[in-house]
Amino acid sequence: MLQKDTNQDLFLPTVEQVPLRAGFGEGLVEAGRADERTVGLCADLTESTKMDAFRKEFPQRYVQIGVAEQNLAAVASGMAAMGKIPFISSYAMFSPGRNWEQIRTTICYNDRPVKIVGSHAGVSVGPDGGTHQAIEDMAIMRVIPRMVVVAPCDSIEAKKATLALARTTNPTYLRLAREKTPIMTTPETPFEIGKAYEMWRGENPKVAIIGCGPVLHNALTAARVLEQAGISSVVVNCHTIKPLDEAAIVSVAKEAGAVLTVEEHQVAGGLGSAVAELLARTHPTPIEFVGVQDAFGQSGKPEELIEYYGIGATHIADMAKKAAARKN
Amino acid sequence: MALSDNERMVLTEKTNQIRQSIIEMLVEAGSGHTAGPLGMTDVFTLLYFHILRHDPARPDWPDRDRVILSNGHICPVQYATMAHAGYFPVEELKTLRKLHSRLQGHPHREYLPGIEVSSGPLGSGFAQAIGMAIAERIDNGRGSQKYFYAFTGDGELDCGIIWEAAMLAGRERLQNLIAIVDRNDIQIDGFTHDIMPLEPLKAKWEAFNWHVQEVDGHNFDALEEALGQAKSVNDKPSIIIAHTIPGKGVPEFERDYRWHGKPPNKEEAERALKALRSLGGKVTSEHE
Repeated sequence: MLQKDTNQDLFLPTVEQVPLRAGFGEGLVEAGRADERTVGLCADLTESTKMDAFRKEFPQRYVQIGVAEQNLAAVASGMAAMGKIPFISSYAMFSPGRNWEQIRTTICYNDRPVKIVGSHAGVSVGPDGGTHQAIEDMAIMRVIPRMVVVAPCDSIEAKKATLALARTTNPTYLRLAREKTPIMTTPETPFEIGKAYEMWRGENPKVAIIGCGPVLHNALTAARVLEQAGISSVVVNCHTIKPLDEAAIVSVAKEAGAVLTVEEHQVAGGLGSAVAELLARTHPTPIEFVGVQDAFGQSGKPEELIEYYGIGATHIADMAKKAAARKN
Repeated sequence: MALSDNERMVLTEKTNQIRQSIIEMLVEAGSGHTAGPLGMTDVFTLLYFHILRHDPARPDWPDRDRVILSNGHICPVQYATMAHAGYFPVEELKTLRKLHSRLQGHPHREYLPGIEVSSGPLGSGFAQAIGMAIAERIDNGRGSQKYFYAFTGDGELDCGIIWEAAMLAGRERLQNLIAIVDRNDIQIDGFTHDIMPLEPLKAKWEAFNWHVQEVDGHNFDALEEALGQAKSVNDKPSIIIAHTIPGKGVPEFERDYRWHGKPPNKEEAERALKALRSLGGKVTSEHE
């Protein structure tokens, strides 16, 4: 059943739908009010990445960089060198996609608290097609030392994540999506960087579904379907891909004895890989991976693409059964 | 303020000591770049011993001018100049590129106080300098007396990010940003005019709304005047195209692009030190 801090209306067709980036926009304004060192930099996507409210309230702390993502990262690093807390936003495909080396060297190697915000991540970007669907971003961020990687599940969580990341001294990556997606949490749901939490729990779970991002809604739908079929599960929102909540993951893996990871990302290098690395080392467990299987995205409606790439609820339920069936 | 005869003499003596240190540290390291550091020694000496507002005993002094070395591979000249200016013992220069040394092959700000940004991958240091100048303007407005000296190489100007950053600095009219290009006409694969022609370089920067000067990078008086003029420009970023001779001071290395990225061996270093100590044969005694 749904856990108490989860939006109890999330299965209703009338569930409120808001894009993650809206929560980021609200969070950034609050972060700007809380700390005057906060600055915003954008690469010609200010309205689209929802940095416009910050620009309106703090025009003197906003820098338009133009379509120049490498410069976006390095200029932000320079501002951080003078004591600022820069948020840089663009589409995930371009930042951190295009400017990886600048992020590695000028931000992470330099140890500067730059907050990278990649909007329009995942295949659910839709009609723009594969060029604009970042599905490698978590992998390329996770591999850099010092980087914190957070993929919130809904707009409310995106806002909390923005505020939490603003307070850290680390370089961070916040992954956002374009489309309106269901609200799954509540303002009261606790959020802490590096702390996973359960959204669904059945009695004596036979499989642990560990996911991140808006596709957790599909994972929860799958959990309900499995429950009706007599297969109990637990669904964990692992919003922080790095640092991973090792204790929580090992605990559910031990309890359920089988794991399924769910993400709107390549199966290589993202959440699934991080969980597999952990369990291989600490508690080897049968594990299956839902995500894009070494392919590029394409044009289509978001829901069509989610289905086509195997991240829909039905496929998640099938994969959960497959993982559970591998137990001895 | 123009240099006095005595100041010029002291600076000349310093450059000779710093060039010797560069040769000594490179031969000890067994790898690294020779041509650029020797070519930029005069500019670095003038900057650290005459121009810069800094305090070697307090490298984190908030009001210091900032030196950003975007062409990080010429760091031997910055390390040697900093050591001679009192940031750390000259003896430590011998640790260049060795395990756990503060003198990384390309500079790392966390290892060595006085290094403002970690750099080496070309182009990014320049963009960081521009971010620093923008942050300074947010805090202290256009009246800020803090200067940001960004070093770049001519080969580095091939990088796209240089021009992204140049466009931004021009739009923002960053008057306290002073860039210095080491125009030595060489890069790893050959002469810049063969690899990727840059001329008309002055016109390029002017088109990006920069104040541009071209000077002889080995002439203290010309450099000092250019830096003074760059400071006085109050509505644009400034760039000084410093024409230098790669490998300057050691006739055997001068103007030869093959010395861009390799160190001298023991014999070559001995000959180089002899050339420096005798001021190119003008002095016969080898006593220091």
